[in-house]
Amino acid sequence: MSAATAKQEYTNRTLDIRDLTMMFGGLRAVSDFDMAVPENGLYGLIGPNGAGKTTVFNMITGIYRPTEGTILFEGNDLVGREPYLITRTGVARTFQNIRLFQNLTVLDNVRIAYHTYAGYSMIEAITRLGRFGARDRVMTEQAQDFLAVFNLQDRQGEIAKNLPYGEQRRLEIARALAAQPRLLLLDEPAAGMNPKEVGTLMELIHFIRDRFKLTILLIEHQMRVVMGICEWITVMDFGQVIARGTPRDIQSNTRVIEAYLGKRMGKEL
Amino acid sequence: MQTTMPRKRLIPTWIPTLLVAIAVYLLVAYAKQTDRISVYWHQVIQLAGLTAITGLGLNLIYGFNGQFSLGHVGFYAIGAYGSALITKDLLTKWSGTNVGALAWMIAGQIGLVLVLMLIGRLRVGQIRKGLAARLETLIKPHEAWVFTTLVTLILVAFALALGVGFVWLAQKPLAAGLGSLITKLPEVAAQNVIFVLALLNGGTLAALVAYLIGLPLLRLGSDYFGIATLGFAIMMYTGLQNSDLIIPTMKGARGMVGIPRWTTWGWVFGVLVVLVIAMRNMLYSSHGRAIVSVREDEIAAKMMGIDVAQSKALAFAIGGFFAGVAGGLYAHLYGFLHPSSFSMVKGFDPLIIIVFGGLGSMTGTIVASALFALIIEGLRVLLPQGFEDWRFVIYPVLLLLIMLLRPQGLLGTNEWGWLRPPIPPMKGVPVSSKPSTARAESGEGGA
Repeated sequence: MSAATAKQEYTNRTLDIRDLTMMFGGLRAVSDFDMAVPENGLYGLIGPNGAGKTTVFNMITGIYRPTEGTILFEGNDLVGREPYLITRTGVARTFQNIRLFQNLTVLDNVRIAYHTYAGYSMIEAITRLGRFGARDRVMTEQAQDFLAVFNLQDRQGEIAKNLPYGEQRRLEIARALAAQPRLLLLDEPAAGMNPKEVGTLMELIHFIRDRFKLTILLIEHQMRVVMGICEWITVMDFGQVIARGTPRDIQSNTRVIEAYLGKRMGKEL
Repeated sequence: MQTTMPRKRLIPTWIPTLLVAIAVYLLVAYAKQTDRISVYWHQVIQLAGLTAITGLGLNLIYGFNGQFSLGHVGFYAIGAYGSALITKDLLTKWSGTNVGALAWMIAGQIGLVLVLMLIGRLRVGQIRKGLAARLETLIKPHEAWVFTTLVTLILVAFALALGVGFVWLAQKPLAAGLGSLITKLPEVAAQNVIFVLALLNGGTLAALVAYLIGLPLLRLGSDYFGIATLGFAIMMYTGLQNSDLIIPTMKGARGMVGIPRWTTWGWVFGVLVVLVIAMRNMLYSSHGRAIVSVREDEIAAKMMGIDVAQSKALAFAIGGFFAGVAGGLYAHLYGFLHPSSFSMVKGFDPLIIIVFGGLGSMTGTIVASALFALIIEGLRVLLPQGFEDWRFVIYPVLLLLIMLLRPQGLLGTNEWGWLRPPIPPMKGVPVSSKPSTARAESGEGGA
C-alpha cells in the first residue's frame, strides 16, 4: 500500500484512516485499509459488491468498532466513540437503503437532526417558558431553510414515506446536512435513480459541497457519477485497497478493470 | 399522492379542546351532585381517568418511544404504596411522627440522585479502564481484575456512603420543617399539601426506579426488553406480598388499610389535565421529537446525533412518573391496597388500552380508557343476573374484532384538537439559496 499512499500529498486531511481492519469472526471484511480525504474534497470510494465499502462507512460513523486501526477526523481519533458523539463532532451520513423517519413529517425529519443545537431544556419545553419559544422558532426556520435548498419546502407537512423516491433521497441528504457536519458521507446516493435524476444529483452534490464548505466522501456504483464528480478515488476489492488516484488514473488501471470485469480468459488458462 | 399542505385553522385548536374538557368535567360533577349516578359509577369514572394517566405513560414508552414494556404495573404499584405510606402517616403516625415517612422519602430520593450524580462525576468506568491498562503491564490480568474491581467497589461504596450520610442528616431537619408547616397551616390546606406531595413522591419514586432499571435493560432489543420488564413486574408483586417484613404497616399479602380516601373527581381530572398538557408540550418539542425518532429508526437517530440510550431512559422514567402518580390516585380512591391489584394480569390493562386506542395517540388513549371502563362495568349492568361473568367473553371478542377491523387502533396515530401537532408557519423561501437544478427536478417530481 505504500506505493499507493505516496501519491496523495495533500496536507489538510479532514479524514485520515490508517491500517483499518474489521474482522467478523474469522472473516476479514476490511483489512489494512488506508485512505486520506483532503479538506473540502470530493472523494469517491468504489469497488464491486461486497468489497467492504459500507463496512468502512459503518466504522467511521461508529456503528462498527474496528478490530484495528485509527480513524482520524480533523486530528481526533473516532475509534471507540459512541455514534451520536461522532455525529456531534461533525460527521453525518446517508444510507444505501434510505433510512428516513418514515412516519414523521418531512419537516420533523430535518428538525430531529437539529436536536443537538436545540438549546432548551426539557423543563422549558414542558412549561413553554424561557428559551423555548425563540429557540424552537429558530430551529424550525433553519430546518425550513435546509428544505428550501433541496426544494422540499412545499412538502414540509407531508409524511416522509409518502414522498417519491427521488425526493426521499434528497430529504435524506437535507437531514444529514441539518446535523451540521463538516464531513458528509453519502452511501450510494444515485442508487435507483434514472439518468436524468442522476444528472441533477451530481450538480446538487457539487452545489452542497461549495455552499456548506463540506468534505464529501461517497460510495457509488455508477461509474458516470464517480468519474464525473469525484476528485480522488479509492478502489476496494475483497476488503483491500487495490488502487487510488484521480479518475483518469483509475480508468486505465488494469487491477480495477479486472476487479470489475474479471480477468481475461487467456490469462486464467 | 397528497400534495395539500394543512392550512391554518380558523379557530385556534385549544378552544374546542378546552370546551370539551370543561363539559366533561361539569357533566360528571353535575351528575354526582344531583345523584344521577351512583357512588359506584362515580368511582368507575374516576378509575377511568387514572387509567388514562397510566395509559398515557405507557403510550409514551411503547407508542412514542417504541419500547415494549410489560412492567408498567410495577411503577403503578410503587406510586400507590409510596404515596399511601405518606398520607397514612399523617393520620396514624405509623412512623413515629406524622411527617416522618414523607421526610424519609424526600431525603432518600435526593440522596439517590446525589449518589447517581457522584458516580457519574467520579468516572468510575474511565478510572477502571485506565487502571486496568496500567496494571496489566505489571501483573497478571486476573490479578489486575481483582484490584480494579476492588477500586470500583470502593468508589461506589464511597458515593453510597455519602448519599446515605446525606439522607441521615437531611431527614431530621426536613421532618421538623414539614411538621411545623402542617401545624401552622389550617387542616384542609395541610391535607391538600400533603396529598400533592404524596402524589408527586409516588411519581418521582416510580420515575427513579424506572430510570435505574431502564439504563441497563433498555440496551436489550424490544422483545427482550419486554420480557425483562415482565420480570420486574413479577418482582414487584412478590415484593409487595412480603412487604410487611420491612415496613409492617404495608401489611404484605393481607393488604394495606387505613389510607385516607382523598381522591375526588376534581383531583383525577386536574391531574389528568396537567399531565396531558405536559406530555403534549414535551412531545412537540425537540426532546419529544428525539424520543419519537428512536421509535422510527434507532440507527438513523444515532446518526443524527441523538443520544438514543438517554432518550429511552428518559421516556421510560417519564412514563414511570405517570404510572406512579396514577397509582397514588388509585390508592386514595379506594383506601385499600392489595398486591393482587398489581398482578401481572392487571398489568395488561394499560397495554390493551393503548393498543386499542392507537399506539402513538394521546387522544386515543384517553378515549380508550373511558370506553374500557364503560364496557367492563357497563356489561355488568347490562347482562342479566347470573351472566355477569360473560363480560369476560364479550369483551375479548370486542378486542378481537377491533384488532381485525382496525389493527392500528381506534385513532391510529391521529390526535384531536389541541393535541394535534402544531403547524409550523410557512416561511418565505430565500430564492437565491436554491440551486437551479434542484428546482427544475422537483417541478416534474411534484406533479
